[in-house]
Amino acid sequence: MGGYPILTAIVVAPILGALLVLLTPARRPELARAIGLMVSMATLGFALLLLWKFRTNFGGFQYLEHNRWFDSLGVGYIVGVDGFSLFMVVATALLFPIGLLASAKIEHRAKAYVFWFLLLEGAILGIFLSLDLIGFFIFWEAMLVPMYFLIAGWGSANRKYAATKFFIYTAAGSAFLLAAMLVLAFLHQSDTGTLTFDYRVLAAWTTGGMSTTTEYWLFFGFMAAFAVKAPLFPFHTWLPDVHTEAPTAGSVVLAGVILKMGAYGVLRFGFELFPRASAHFAPLFLTLAVIGIVYGSIVAAMQKDAKRVIAYSSVAHMGFILLGIFSITIFGLDGATFTMVSHPLTTGALFLVIGMLYERRHTRQIDQFGGIWKSAPKLTAMFLVAMFAGIGLPAFSGFVGEFLALLGTFAVHRWWGIVATTGVILGAVYMLWMFQRVFTGVPEGENAEMADANGREMLVVVPLLALSLFIGLYPKPVLDRIEPTVKCAVRSFEIRTQTMQRPASDRMDLSGVKGCR
Amino acid sequence: MIAIVAPRVDWTSIAPVVVLVAAALLIVLFKAISRDRVRTYEPALLIGVLGLALSAFYLTKQWSVVVDGGPSDALAHMTALDGFSVFISVIVIISAILMLLLSSEYLVARGIESRPEYVALVLMSAAGMLVMAGANDLIVVFVALEVLSIPLYVLAAYDRTRARSLEAGIKYFVLGAFSSAIFLYGVALVYGATGTTSLEGIQTFLATRVLVNEGSLIAGMVLLLVGLAFKVAAVPFHMWTPDVYEGSPSPVTAFMASATKAAGFAALLRILYTALAQYSSDWRQLIFALALVTLLGGTFGALWQTDLKRLLAYSSIAHAGYILIGVQAGTAKGLQSSLVYLFVYAFMTIGAFAIVVALGGTDDLHAISDLRAYGRRRPVIAALLAFFLLAQAGIPPTAGFIAKLGVFAAAAGAHSYALLIAGVVTSVIAAFFYLRVILTMYAAADEQELPDELETAPTWPAIGVPVAAVLAICVVMTVWVGVLPTIIIDFARDASLIF
Repeated sequence: MGGYPILTAIVVAPILGALLVLLTPARRPELARAIGLMVSMATLGFALLLLWKFRTNFGGFQYLEHNRWFDSLGVGYIVGVDGFSLFMVVATALLFPIGLLASAKIEHRAKAYVFWFLLLEGAILGIFLSLDLIGFFIFWEAMLVPMYFLIAGWGSANRKYAATKFFIYTAAGSAFLLAAMLVLAFLHQSDTGTLTFDYRVLAAWTTGGMSTTTEYWLFFGFMAAFAVKAPLFPFHTWLPDVHTEAPTAGSVVLAGVILKMGAYGVLRFGFELFPRASAHFAPLFLTLAVIGIVYGSIVAAMQKDAKRVIAYSSVAHMGFILLGIFSITIFGLDGATFTMVSHPLTTGALFLVIGMLYERRHTRQIDQFGGIWKSAPKLTAMFLVAMFAGIGLPAFSGFVGEFLALLGTFAVHRWWGIVATTGVILGAVYMLWMFQRVFTGVPEGENAEMADANGREMLVVVPLLALSLFIGLYPKPVLDRIEPTVKCAVRSFEIRTQTMQRPASDRMDLSGVKGCR
Repeated sequence: MIAIVAPRVDWTSIAPVVVLVAAALLIVLFKAISRDRVRTYEPALLIGVLGLALSAFYLTKQWSVVVDGGPSDALAHMTALDGFSVFISVIVIISAILMLLLSSEYLVARGIESRPEYVALVLMSAAGMLVMAGANDLIVVFVALEVLSIPLYVLAAYDRTRARSLEAGIKYFVLGAFSSAIFLYGVALVYGATGTTSLEGIQTFLATRVLVNEGSLIAGMVLLLVGLAFKVAAVPFHMWTPDVYEGSPSPVTAFMASATKAAGFAALLRILYTALAQYSSDWRQLIFALALVTLLGGTFGALWQTDLKRLLAYSSIAHAGYILIGVQAGTAKGLQSSLVYLFVYAFMTIGAFAIVVALGGTDDLHAISDLRAYGRRRPVIAALLAFFLLAQAGIPPTAGFIAKLGVFAAAAGAHSYALLIAGVVTSVIAAFFYLRVILTMYAAADEQELPDELETAPTWPAIGVPVAAVLAICVVMTVWVGVLPTIIIDFARDASLIF
């Protein structure tokens, strides 16, 4: 592959930037802000370069780097990118400069804010690129600290509670992840004699190497972490609280990429390490995903706080992603991975607009608003487009992803697909209802004098919406890069679980796909 | 005529101890002959630090001897010279140096008379710990236990004007003496069962014979464990820990938490892994129970604490539990991970207590609620305390994570899944109380109502160079081992291989 360590550059750039920010004097926050923006833009540049160079017909890992780290525990530094992680890297690199731009109003300890924000970016990128289990876990845990400080330092009134809840919920899930990783590696060692945490080695070994019962246990150990993070019903209860208290940029990143870490974990480690367990428990997780979709949508409609509406809508959207994943079909996985790209764009835009409303009115209570359309037409237009993109109107990215996920599910688990489809309608209901209450009608009091979106605010939101529209109209460039990896994954899943009862339309066409493991 | 044949004295193996004892005696002698008006503390400190440095120098020589010639023993098999003893000695010497660096400023700031005996006591205690690290005979373990403990009883009560310090000294003394007696009873029973007190002798005896009646041996083993569990502060023998840690002068507490723990675990590991290796299935069950209750007791005890020192005391109990997970594995990996943990923990805990020293205050009470909004009032102190607490919570990329990863990996490798689960779950619960302190510093709800002193508060704390140096060393080691752990893991591996 490429001779230069571009993936390491992507992970290390924000971390070095954070250290650089630490050296700036506290009296000059604009310096820290400028460095932060430049570093995150440079990271975005690296990510776009990666996107440009990424080979489309290749299903395996590209730009692999494999270095020794601490051998005595079998831990190495391994990074690589494939169709599952490519767009998560790009989405992360895109959302962080936007988040920094959106935080321009933060005056209070701006230097520390930028520092934690860049560290968070580095850790999240590390999660999506690590192919060593312990390396993955290190980034997975390390990411908690900056997010914790961002919520605790710059959140709203109830931030102590939210920050602690976020940390403890996630740490509780990942405790089991660590235990399961260690047991997996040592089972591998007693079977083959080598102690390694290399994902590729372990993934090739698991099916032949252990009993189904062991596989089930380890699968649940991994899923404990991912289900909390994703979040899968009933482990979602931390999400609305944390969203409500987090600063705007924190919410954007949280809904945009942190939730995707859970879904990515399932994609990467769930059914590839434990295919038999995934097949066996797929109905359970499909059911939970469907409950998440329907329950999230209904609860979202009941909320009084605009941010909580979007937070619960994230629960529903994550339900679609997990539905697509656990259908374990090409369409389903395509749809899930596509939604993982699309959701950060749409939900990011929604959180940003709500953040702007909050900056103007210092409230997010829906009944405090009304008739904003009259006073702030540009702001309303942005929200309207973001809303349509989010509820999956055709021509926007949300439609492509959810349609594919539902298609894949319908092919193999018909009834789950049917119930999940109601989520699309419910999604339109709660969003349109909120739009109606906030933006239509006659503006009164402060709502009548609301300032419209300024240039910076447009710059933050419009690119997200444009991208959503672009990949909604023309999803081929994205799907071309996702699909080889999906095909390889489904192929290896079918071989290893010996299930070939997929419908004919979903049969494998592996022509032109290279590099399957 | 009876010829008395003295055992051959191998000076290499005892040089580090001899140096420390000599330095301690020199200090006492110097105090005795110097006139009253002469300042005696500073020269004593100098002698002490030089003595420790010389001792460290001899340790490096010991290490090269061990690497070249493998493990050996000396003084008629009474003490062993191997990688294990060197590793533990290194921890003890480093802790003692860092502790002395913390002490000067602490004693002056708290208005405690700084006397040269303080340094001499620290050196004597460290000498006892070094003997403990290499003790190859139950009698030597007992003697070392006493030599290291008695100076600590005095040090705990060193702040004579403060009732809490005196209380700490008395409490530590009574319970320490009690545990020594229990240990000695264990030695007697094991001697009765095997006819020897030499660890190698016991190992050979048990390997070549089948005991018809194991009762006295098992009882002896349990009593040995109980005696040492007191020293390493394992539940349910931890009752003294919170009070003694809270009452003792903070540098002494740091020394007890790092070095005493290392010495206690050294004896525990050596007795279990050599003498009683044959009975590992028995002691692994005992250690299993001990580790489990220690993890739970330490973690849940810490949840309710309102004083920073008491919190750190309970957290040190919990850390003993994690080390016991490594001990329980009963494998080379388990031994190695316990060593790494002891090494890393020394820096994390001394760093945390250095912050307690830097916090100042005259009565040595540090209610967590007093740390409110320290993130703004004293940003550097707050950031460092947050760092050491996160490291103790085992958050990557700090050394605390590497240490925990090691013991968890050992547990997974030895199929101790129950302990593995207990370990990961308690580390989540532990994160809760560490975070509580951090939240108090960084997310106080009424931050806006802070007094105006904020504007004038200095960014950099008013601490002396020695304390700053201790903090710097601890931060660097904690980050370094966290990011590039190879060196220390390999050191521990070599130390456990040539054991």
